[in-house]
Amino acid sequence: MQDLERNQKYNAYISSKMAKTKPWPSLFHAFWIGGLICLIGEAIKDTLMLIFPTMTMENAGLWESSILIFLASLLTGIGIYDRIGAYAGAGSIVPITGFSNSITSPALEFKREGIIFGLCAKMFVIAGPVIVIGVVASFIAGILHLIF
Amino acid sequence: MNRVGKQTFVFNNLPRIIGNYCLVGPKEGKGNFKEYFDKISEDDLFGQNSYEKAESRLIEQTISNAIENANLKPDEVEVMLSGDLMNQITSSSFAARTLDVPYIGLFGACSTMAETLIVGASLVDGGFVHNAVCATGSHFSSAEKQFRYPLELGTQRPPTSQWTVTGAGCTVLAPNKTGIAVSSATVGKVVDWGVTDANNMGAAMAPAAFETLVAHLKDTNREPDYYNLILTGDLGKLGSEILIDLMETKGYKLGKNYSDCGQMIFSNNQKTFMGGSGCGCGASILNGYVLKRMKLGHLKNVLFVATGALMSTVSAQQGESIPCIAHGVVLKGDKDNV
Amino acid sequence: MFELIMYLKVFLVGGFICMLGQILVITTKMTSARILVSFLLLGVVLQVAGVFDAMKEFAGSGVTVPIMGFGYSLAKGAMDGLTENGIMGILTGGLTATASGIAVAVVSAFVVALIFNSRTKK
Repeated sequence: MQDLERNQKYNAYISSKMAKTKPWPSLFHAFWIGGLICLIGEAIKDTLMLIFPTMTMENAGLWESSILIFLASLLTGIGIYDRIGAYAGAGSIVPITGFSNSITSPALEFKREGIIFGLCAKMFVIAGPVIVIGVVASFIAGILHLIF
Repeated sequence: MNRVGKQTFVFNNLPRIIGNYCLVGPKEGKGNFKEYFDKISEDDLFGQNSYEKAESRLIEQTISNAIENANLKPDEVEVMLSGDLMNQITSSSFAARTLDVPYIGLFGACSTMAETLIVGASLVDGGFVHNAVCATGSHFSSAEKQFRYPLELGTQRPPTSQWTVTGAGCTVLAPNKTGIAVSSATVGKVVDWGVTDANNMGAAMAPAAFETLVAHLKDTNREPDYYNLILTGDLGKLGSEILIDLMETKGYKLGKNYSDCGQMIFSNNQKTFMGGSGCGCGASILNGYVLKRMKLGHLKNVLFVATGALMSTVSAQQGESIPCIAHGVVLKGDKDNV
Repeated sequence: MFELIMYLKVFLVGGFICMLGQILVITTKMTSARILVSFLLLGVVLQVAGVFDAMKEFAGSGVTVPIMGFGYSLAKGAMDGLTENGIMGILTGGLTATASGIAVAVVSAFVVALIFNSRTKK
């Protein structure tokens, strides 16, 4: 049987022992990389609307996210995105590029187990919850809209 | 009986080390002990097309070289004892397939080096084999893939995390009259103090090292300063500090003679936070650094305590905490130095 | 278009949202997947509450590029689907709105994974 009281004391002791790392550097890194990615997105959208004057704002938005997703996927394959992530933390996870990286990286990693059982089967091992929760939440949003 | 106290085996026939070898990857080769490792591979795929196969090749090459170092021919090996971190310890089993020797697979996670030495020494001491090949290894990439995240995922490693060592070590034991001897060993119990954070292995494993160390000292009626060196496998920076504190609660002082392989192996600018971990961590430092120094006579009495975390990828998700184990092995230098 | 003020707002708001994410990483030791889901839900909630459109007017990509924007698209898609297609629209709307994003992610991942190999971290 486990000694619950001892375990609790031990876990409290560990927390006190762990050096409090200064959060400021990592917060700043997350801020400016995240901001930069959003900025690049906005620039892409503006550039598209400049080149294609008849494009709607909505369509330009779809192209913007598609291009960002593709670029993140490419950077993941080249082996750069993980370095950006180590530096920026949430600054690379929160933008839609993080979503893309979380789909490309397991596909890349599990390719050794074959295309079907590795690459394809494991593609959503990290992002799966995003799709599932997203669809469920949107369904609920629709229902709420129906009711209210 | 060949035992003393509650958990300690005594090898009265003194099985001796007749050969050993260690092989590490590129990052380890840039660390603090690069001059001590027998070989540093620049290719961390070891010529294979997957990290799992690389890990198997790493272990297999280490064992082959250790056998040669022991002046044995491969078909003279009477038992191979090995284990690793992969599911179903495939790295070791596939190495055994290639080496074609009688094989006993063991799983102790990162405590496997000590575990294989204990079983190997017992088989030699008991007269069951003329030689026992004791090995283990680990690989950063295969461990990350199995336990953590895809290599290219952009995440930040938490400050308490450790870096799984890409490396392997092998020790060959035999009933010789000279050489470094395995004189006794303490078999650990599974210890779990409720740590659930898989990114804080050091804190999870420290209690296991503590309980085994205390059991050993009580069984043998010794104090920590009896040993030139007490070496834990991979507690890392935080884990070592916790161990020192825990030992104090029982009145034992771990002084300058205490070190931890995880803390030792990587240099500060290699960004490994709490240090190295993995079966290969203790195995490579033991076989590379410790045995060399013992052969030179610089160390005469070493207590090697390897620690392992026994969770699976599923147990943590099911809310289980991390059960750990630690095994201790006493190595005695030979007065006539081999 | 290309207004400096807008770019400043995009940078500051986007950066701020990511910084909030980093605070979550530090204080709760959340993993990638949990952070993605949390921000996704935030986007859904903000759209249901009716404020996301205003935020989008204000900070453009600063709120649509973070995964919140994905949540917003999903929720808005379902809500618009209801308006345009009745009840069936609740089911078709969300995924239809985000179809391009998901398709690009899958196709890119597939092609990139076929061409490249993962490499050990240094």
